[in-house]
Order: sequence, then C-alpha cells, then structure tokens
Amino acid sequence: MNWQALLQSLFGDAHTVERHGDVIRGTAQLQGQTLAVVGTTNHAEIGVETALAQARVILDTMQHHPQRPILLLVDTQGQRLRQRDEMLCINRYMAHLGCCVDLARRSGHRVIGLVYDQALSGGFITSGLMADTCHALPEAEIRVMRLPAMARVTKIAEDVLQALSLSNPVFAPGVENYLAMGGIQSLWRGDLQACLRAALADPDLSDRRAALGAARGGRTRSAEVTQRVLAT
Amino acid sequence: MKLSFSELSARQRVAHLLDADSFTEILDPAQRVVSPHLALLGVPFSFDDGVVIGSGTLGAQPVLIAAQEGGFMGGGVGEVHGAKLVGILRLALATHPAAVLVLAESGGVRLHEANAGLIAVSEVMRAVLDVRAAGIPVLMLIGGANGCFGGMGLIARCADHVVMSDAARLSMSGPEVIESAHGVEEFDSRDRALVWRTTGGKHRFLMGDCDQLVEDDVDAFRTATRALLGVSRPLSLQGLLAEHALLGARLERFGDCQDASEVWQRLGVAHPEQVTDGEAHELRHKRCGNPPEWA
Repeated sequence: MNWQALLQSLFGDAHTVERHGDVIRGTAQLQGQTLAVVGTTNHAEIGVETALAQARVILDTMQHHPQRPILLLVDTQGQRLRQRDEMLCINRYMAHLGCCVDLARRSGHRVIGLVYDQALSGGFITSGLMADTCHALPEAEIRVMRLPAMARVTKIAEDVLQALSLSNPVFAPGVENYLAMGGIQSLWRGDLQACLRAALADPDLSDRRAALGAARGGRTRSAEVTQRVLAT
Repeated sequence: MKLSFSELSARQRVAHLLDADSFTEILDPAQRVVSPHLALLGVPFSFDDGVVIGSGTLGAQPVLIAAQEGGFMGGGVGEVHGAKLVGILRLALATHPAAVLVLAESGGVRLHEANAGLIAVSEVMRAVLDVRAAGIPVLMLIGGANGCFGGMGLIARCADHVVMSDAARLSMSGPEVIESAHGVEEFDSRDRALVWRTTGGKHRFLMGDCDQLVEDDVDAFRTATRALLGVSRPLSLQGLLAEHALLGARLERFGDCQDASEVWQRLGVAHPEQVTDGEAHELRHKRCGNPPEWA
C-alpha cells in the first residue's frame, strides 16, 4: 500500500501528512486527538540526512506537544551504503533517531510503529523497533537478507535454508516470521483505524517481544536465557 | 608492561581489565547455553555463544561486564548472544553497579540467525537506554581487531560513554559491504589507510564520536574506564537537542568532504598528515586545540 492510501485508510482526509524527499511527516486527527506522523517512503535508504529529518519531527513533538502520540511509518531499504556517510559516523545519526524515539516513549508519548511496505535491518532498528509496539501490514516485507544472499554469506546451500525456514522463522524473510518471533506485535488487517486505536489503547509499555516470541513459538530461547541471567 | 587489548580473547580481556580474581561469570561455558540455530545449520557453535557476561570489581567498585568474542562468528549478535546482553543489562537495574562495561567486538547482526539477531539488537538498544535512564552508566569499550559495526555500532552510540583504542574501528556498514553495493571507486575495502581514516579510533576521536582514545593496552583501558565509573549521562530533551544541533552542524561543515583527511584539515588539526602515524596521546593534544563544540 502506498503512503497516501495508507493515510487515507487510517485518517480519511483528517491529516496534513506530506512528502519531503523520502521523508513523510505531518499530523493527523483521531477521535479528537492529534497524532504526529513521521516516516519514510520510496523504500528510502536511511542516510545521515534522512535520520536527522525524522529525529527533528520527534524532537519538535516532544518540545511543543507533550504527550502527543507518534506514529512511525516504515518503508526503508536499510542504511545508506556510502563511504561519506560512514566518515560522518552514520551510526551516530541513526542512534540519535533511536534515542529520540526512546526518550519520547519515556516522556509519555505513545509511539506506534507500522511497517507498511518494506523494512530492512538498520533502517528498521532505529525507528519502528524502538516504538512501544511495532505492527505491520500483511503484505509488507521485513528482512535482514534474502535467502540467496544468506546462502552466500553462510556458505550453506539455499535449498537447505529454504527447508529449514519452513519450520524456523529465524532464517527466512516475512512479516509472519517476525510476528512469530515477537518483533511484530500484530498484523493490521481490515479496519486499519480500529487497529491503530487498539495499539494506542494498549496499557503495557514494557518490552515484551522476547516473551511474545516464546509464547508464539518463533523465538524460544531469548526470554528464557535473559531470565536465567536475572535469576543468578 | 604493555598488554595488547586487541590480541586477547574476550575472557582474557575481562580477567585483565577487572580487579584480579574478582570476576564471576554468569552462564559460563559449563552451562552450555548455546545457539539452537547454528546446530540446525551444521555450523560449529560455542558454549558461551560468543559473549562472556558476569560481575566483578574495578578499583574495588562493583561492575557488570559483557565481552564479545570476535573470534566466534565475528562477534555477531544472535538470539542467545543478544539475550545474554539483555540479561546483564537488566541485572544492572536490580543491582545498581557503578557501571555496565560492554567490551564490544562485533560485525553486528549474526547473519546465520538474521531475523532473531535483528530483533535482539533492538532489544539490547532498549535495555541499554533503560540502564542509562536509571542513572547507571553504560560504557562501551571498543578495542578488538574486528571493530564494532552494524547493530553494535548503533548500540555503542546509545551508551553513556565510548572509549576506543587507535587499533579499533567504529562504524555502520563494513567497507566490503559498501564496495559490493557501489563498487571499488565508492569504497576500496583493500585500501587499509582509507578504511582506517574513515572508521578508525583516531578519526572517531577527532570528530567526538568516542569520548576517549587510548593506546591498544589493557591498562590504558582500565585507567580510562575507572575514571568513568559512576559518571552517568541520562538522555534528556536538552541533551538530544544539543546532539541534534551538533549533528546538523557537522553535516553543514563536513558534508561535502570526500575524505577524512579533509575533515581533519577543516577541523584545524595541526599537521593532519601526521594523524595516521601518530600515537593516541599525541592526538589528545590535537583535539584539545579544537573549538569547544568538538572537544
């Protein structure tokens, strides 16, 4: 779904979200409440500028609109792969975005992430995955790498990986796999506005992704290992 | 006598960094807490999944510590590895140590268990920021030959303090990845001097991306770390606004530079051509001469 259709489904005409390059930002109305909306489109590569532009929106929201909920819309091909961005310490720019999201949560802003198109590695870690909860549309794609690339890196035959991925969500891309592992809280189907309202009403603000992964059977060791450390 | 930090294993680094015989490992290799995914792939696994965690003292002050083993899958973060990091960070919330020390050496997400590693990195980021918000400093010590990349490079920049050696690198994407995406003319991964200028400890120190630069020596790390125990820098709106202004100004000032040596020139570093071959302590003086916003 493109971002305009998504915004239309979520808010009808009750939004001012516009595109500035690959960044989309604005506000929207939901049941008499104003939300800040920020994210990317066009499978944006997240370079130093894109990270800063998103951080700016979150900082402005914290500064001028305390408590205003924030909706993060994710469509990214991952971090920009350029020598110049590395020279400028792109990881600091991206971490800054992640820290802004984190402080917003701690300061009483509800932050909801939504993968509406494509989410890849670094671009996703510092936005949607830093939200209170992150959700996805069923047709979205989430991955670190596709199986052919994984086969090259790990030197394991692609058909072996393909077979393993049928029973283990760790290996293959897909929103269903991220749902099973707890990285995605829920898939939004049908009435998207109702899905958003439910996400905003969720009272639990803790990071329960590992517990969800265990309960859903997609990531069985994470919560247990962390618990064993805490039990020492 | 100088003891090279980069040449030690993770377990040796912990033993030498902390007070003698003070370290108690949590989930030590005898517990055999291993990755369930590597076994499925028929890939060798490790009984600590490539990360050593535990408690100890430094200068008689209690600390929690985690050290990644760069010799095992490049220090990559998988499900169990990440869960151990989250565990030691959450333990800090209960025990209030003088600091959590993370001896980072990692290529980032372990690609053999890519999806779980990606989620684990974000869980570690949030756990780091929980500890930071509680007023317990998280110190990233980066001194391994594999550097600190990808998701770990992000985690490093979420910590209260970053200490690097001049033998270490801190960045996002490795030069090989960039070269394979955009060609050798974009980033020649075999040009070692270029790689070090772009991502090495000296450049990071001159830019202010690491707080302290030390020699590749365990005692140097120990001294730098001791001075930072109890020194907490929780995130605040004012702090993030200042960070935003700094990053914006950096982009304006250096965004068109083609090479780190140009950055050093614009920074006003005395004798930028000598930076690469100089000792870490000489560089400390060079940065002291920079405008305060870069100090």
